[in-house]
Amino acid sequence: MATAIRPDKTDLREPRGWRRAKDRIATVLMVIAFVIVIIPLGFVLGTVIAKGASIISAQFLTSSIPYNVAPANVGGMGPAVLGTILITALATVLAVPIGILAAIYINEYGGNQFLTRLIRFMADVMTGVPSIIMGLFIFAIWVIHFGYSGLAGAFALGCLMLPLVIRSSEEMLRLVPDSLREGSYALGASKARVTLTVVLPAVLSGIVSGSLLAVARAAGETAPVLFTIFTVTTANPNVFSGANTTLAAQIFANASQPYVGAQDRGWGAALTLVVIAFILLVAARLVTGRVARVSR
Amino acid sequence: MSNSARADPAGNAASARALRRPRPLGDRVFQVLALVSGLLVLAILVLILASTTQQSTSWFSHEGISGIFSTTWSVQKDQFGALTFIYGTVITALIAVILAVPLSVGIALLLTEVVPYRWSRPIVYVVDLLAVVPSVVWGLWGILVFAPWVQPHVYAPIAAGLKGVPVLGNLFGPSTGGAVYGASLFTAGLILAVMITPIITSLSREVIATVPAIDREGAYALGATRLEMIRGVVWPHSQGGIVGAVLLGLGRAMGETIAAALVIGSSTQITSHLFTPGYSMPAVIANQFGEAFGVQRSALLGIGVLLFVLTIIVNVLARAAVARSMARQRGA
Repeated sequence: MATAIRPDKTDLREPRGWRRAKDRIATVLMVIAFVIVIIPLGFVLGTVIAKGASIISAQFLTSSIPYNVAPANVGGMGPAVLGTILITALATVLAVPIGILAAIYINEYGGNQFLTRLIRFMADVMTGVPSIIMGLFIFAIWVIHFGYSGLAGAFALGCLMLPLVIRSSEEMLRLVPDSLREGSYALGASKARVTLTVVLPAVLSGIVSGSLLAVARAAGETAPVLFTIFTVTTANPNVFSGANTTLAAQIFANASQPYVGAQDRGWGAALTLVVIAFILLVAARLVTGRVARVSR
Repeated sequence: MSNSARADPAGNAASARALRRPRPLGDRVFQVLALVSGLLVLAILVLILASTTQQSTSWFSHEGISGIFSTTWSVQKDQFGALTFIYGTVITALIAVILAVPLSVGIALLLTEVVPYRWSRPIVYVVDLLAVVPSVVWGLWGILVFAPWVQPHVYAPIAAGLKGVPVLGNLFGPSTGGAVYGASLFTAGLILAVMITPIITSLSREVIATVPAIDREGAYALGATRLEMIRGVVWPHSQGGIVGAVLLGLGRAMGETIAAALVIGSSTQITSHLFTPGYSMPAVIANQFGEAFGVQRSALLGIGVLLFVLTIIVNVLARAAVARSMARQRGA
C-alpha cells in the first residue's frame, strides 16, 4: 500500500517542551508529597526516642507511678505497663476468636445472601466508628451497672478490634482455593471439620498477622479506656474488678501536666508504647513473610 | 465470591447413605456459633445507638432541639449546647482533608505509576508507620513540642502579615485579642491531616491499582506522557473510589479523639480565626466526661450519639462509593 508510514517520519522520542516539563513537575510533586509526610513522622519518632530513651530503664518499667510533682528520676510506669498488657491480652482473647468465627460465617456459610453482605458491609463501616464511641457504649451498658474495671476496658478495646479481625481474616479465607475444600468433602468430612482442619490452617499465619495488627492498634488506644477503666496510678493486677490504668491513658493524663517530671514520664511511656506497637508490627510482618514463602 | 456453599456435603452431591445420616451435632453447633459471631457486629452497632441514646434522653428533654444546637456550654448556667463542638469538628476535619488529600493521592500515584515494585514496598511501610504511632503520642508531641514551636515561628509571622487582609485576615490573622495560639484549630487540623494520610493513601492505591493495564498501555502507545496518561486514564477510572477514600478520611478526622483533645486548645468559642483555640465533639467528651454528672454527662453522651450518627453516615457513603468503583472495574 502506498499509505505505509515512512519510518524516518515517526518520532518515538519523549515529547519535548511544555508537555515534558509538566510531566516532570507532576512527578516531582508526588515525591515532595511523600517527603512532606515523612517529615512529621521523623520528628515524632525522633523526639519520642530522644526524650524517652533518657528516662526509660528496667526500674522505670516496673516501679510505681509517683505524684505528678516528682522529678523524672523518681518512680516509673509499672502499673501502666501491667495494665496495658493485661487489658490488651483480655481484649484479644475476647475479640479474636469471635472475629475469626464471624469471618468464617461470612466466607464459608453465608454465600451471597443479603445478611452476609450486610454483615460484611457493616464490619467495614464499624472500622470507621470513632474509638471514643466504643468507650461511651461500654460505659452506658456496663460501667453504669458494674463499675470501672479492666474488663470493661477490654470490652471497649474488643469492640474496636472485632471489625479489624473480621476484615483481615475474611480476606485471608477468601484466598483458600475451593479445590481444597472439595477434596476434603470428597473424603467425607463435615463442614465444620473441613473449616477447622483444612481451611483455617491453610491461612492461619495470615489470620495471626491480621490479628497482631489489630492488637497493636488496640494497645495504643486511649479513648475507649478513658471512661471504662478510670485511670488510676496504683497497680491493679485484678482485671475483673476495680479501676485500672494503661500506658496510653497515663500519657494522656501526663501530657496536660505542667510538671516536667510528669511530662518526662509521659515521654518514657510513649516510647514504651511505640516499642510495643513496633514489636507487634514486625511480628505480623515476619508471620506474613513466612506465608508468602510457603505459598510460593 | 466463594463457591463453598455448592460443595456442601448436605447438598445434592452427597451419596444416598449420607443423605439419610443427619449432620453431626458438632457441625450444626459450629455453624450456629459462626452465625452468632457474625450477627454480633450488627448487634453491637444497634446496641451502641440504643444504649447511648437512652442515656442521653435527659439532655434532649432538658435542652430541646434549639438548646442542643445553641452555642452556650456552661455548667454554671446549666446550659449545654453542642454547636461549638460541631463547628470545631467540621472545621478541623475540613482542614485535615484539604491538606491530606493532595498528599495522599500524590503518594498513591507515586506508588502505583512511578516507582518500581521493589521501591514501593518500603514507601508503603513508611506511610503505614504513621498509622502505627498511637493517637496519644501524636497528641503528646503536638502539645509539648509542635505547638510551642509553631506559634512564634510560623503562626505569629503569618498572622502579622495577613492582618487586615479581607478573607485571609479573618482566617489566618490574629484573633480579636491580637494573639495567636499554638494549641489551636489549625494545629489540630494539621495533626489530623497527618493521621488520616495513611488510610486515604492505601485506599486510593487500591482503587488506582484496579485501572486496567490495557488502558494505560493504550494511552502510552498514543504518545501520552505519564501525566497525560494519569489525567486521561487513571483519573476517570478511579474518581469515584478516591472520593470514597476521601470521605473515609473525613470520617476518621471527625472521630479522632485524643490527639485533637490535646492540641485543639479546649475553648468553647466559634471563631473564623484558625490560629485560635476551639473544641471538637470527641475532644469535649474525652476531656469532660470523667468529671461530668447529671445533665452534663447526658449531654456528652448525646454528643457521642450525634458523632456516631455523623460518622456512620460518612462511612456508609464512603464504603458504598469505594465498593461501586471497584465493582465497575471488575465488570469492565
